[in-house]
Amino acid sequence: ADIISTVEFNYSGDLLATGDKGGRVVIFQREQENKGRPHSRGEYNVYSTFQSHEPEFDYLKSLEIEEKINKIRWLPQQNAAHFLLSTNDKTIKLWKISERDKRAEGYNLKDEDGRLRDPFRITALRVPILKPMDLMVEASPRRIFANAHTYHINSISVNSDHETYLSADDLRINLWHLEITDRSFNIVDIKPANMEELTEVITAAEFHPHHCNTFVYSSSKGTIRLCDMRSSALCDRHSKFFEEPEDPSSRSFFSEIISSISDVKFSHSGRYMMTRDYLSVKVWDLNMENRPVETYQVHEYLRSKLCSLYENDCIFDKFECCWNGSDSAIMTGSYNNFFRMFDRNTRRDVTLEASRESSKPRAILKPRKVCTGGKRKKDEISVDSLDFNKKILHTAWHPLENIIAVAATNNLYIFQDKIN
Amino acid sequence: DTQEKETISPERAEEAKLKAKYPNLGQKPGGSDFLMKRLQKGQKYFDSGDYNMAKAKMKNKQLPSVGPDKNLVTGDHIPTPQDLPQRKSSLVTSKLAG
Repeated sequence: ADIISTVEFNYSGDLLATGDKGGRVVIFQREQENKGRPHSRGEYNVYSTFQSHEPEFDYLKSLEIEEKINKIRWLPQQNAAHFLLSTNDKTIKLWKISERDKRAEGYNLKDEDGRLRDPFRITALRVPILKPMDLMVEASPRRIFANAHTYHINSISVNSDHETYLSADDLRINLWHLEITDRSFNIVDIKPANMEELTEVITAAEFHPHHCNTFVYSSSKGTIRLCDMRSSALCDRHSKFFEEPEDPSSRSFFSEIISSISDVKFSHSGRYMMTRDYLSVKVWDLNMENRPVETYQVHEYLRSKLCSLYENDCIFDKFECCWNGSDSAIMTGSYNNFFRMFDRNTRRDVTLEASRESSKPRAILKPRKVCTGGKRKKDEISVDSLDFNKKILHTAWHPLENIIAVAATNNLYIFQDKIN
Repeated sequence: DTQEKETISPERAEEAKLKAKYPNLGQKPGGSDFLMKRLQKGQKYFDSGDYNMAKAKMKNKQLPSVGPDKNLVTGDHIPTPQDLPQRKSSLVTSKLAG
């Protein structure tokens, strides 16, 4: 199995898609609840697997284009088929996933095994009959949106109008129509005329869940810009600018790097947005630009390890974050296969671990604690024992229920809350 | 009488550690050099002339396939993108160098 690079539930939560470093997409489907076993909730089993992107080589620029799937975003379901967008660094593809459970038999021009019949031997016509067959799930690429990004695509986001979507790379954001592949509109361009003046890059972008004219994008300097597409065709000038003021006395070499926002997500309500930087998660009220309304420390104990985290490049790890369906809780990953959940109402937080050793199927996860100094209690783990190669960068929360999907390198964990 | 205690923040202490290890480290960590490196991920060098010449010769005679030394890429041997050695971009300095 390859390293998982993205995880996403669809709008109903019945389907869960994962993308990996090898360009493959695996979709899991929740099983219907078994009436015979009323307490067994639906498990997720593999529904479809397909190769979304292949490695490519840009000969002109001597650039290898990785097939790694950076993001998957589902489209809202409109008919029996399911549609999703998947993207690597350069190309976005729209995939249709459909079920086939019937097969036509009794063709006139070919045999059941596909061999063509000799037309001169055919003496009578018959009407093909539809017969049931074993369920087959087919994935086919319906649109390929290519050649619009010079830099590496980090985000895609489907608009609430269900007709358009945006794609963002390090310096530009483009607006696409789902039906049109040969052109896109550039709506944000922060490339300076002289590349030596470059000071920040776009790290993530997302459309507002209800207002189809509004989107946000985050930067490597820890700022978020909200743009309104009604104000101008090119949204280089923001409508709102979100930045937490920095205490100048605490500024260090690492300040800018750890302030870089790796993910931005609107709440389901559309009233708030959440940003993830290296050490914390912040919740912002869209009506207040000068500071976040809530800040949660993910792994503050790493602040005294920044030197080695810079040397081994971990300081550049891009963690994602997510809301639960009711926006009452948020979740994000950490190192050592730990992930953190914060309850916004009770202000309680918990650290859990996604690993085979620490949890048997159906067992309740035990909360973990990192010892930051002094005497290490039993069951605590010291900061120096943390495995920084075991990073949980991608997590997803079911849109309606308390089911979460956690990607731990090349393993996918699905956790549900305990049924009483 | 006042007792002055200088407590250095953990971040500043880490910064001092880093500067002690790499004295030539530039002041600005985010800066165009740093971001340029980020934008150039995936660069590999590849001689398309070599590749196409060798591909053309292949039509006439069988060329030796990849030998034990995969890193040796010369004109007669068809290099494929997969055979290319991992080569760091020479345009960009390491983030730790001056």
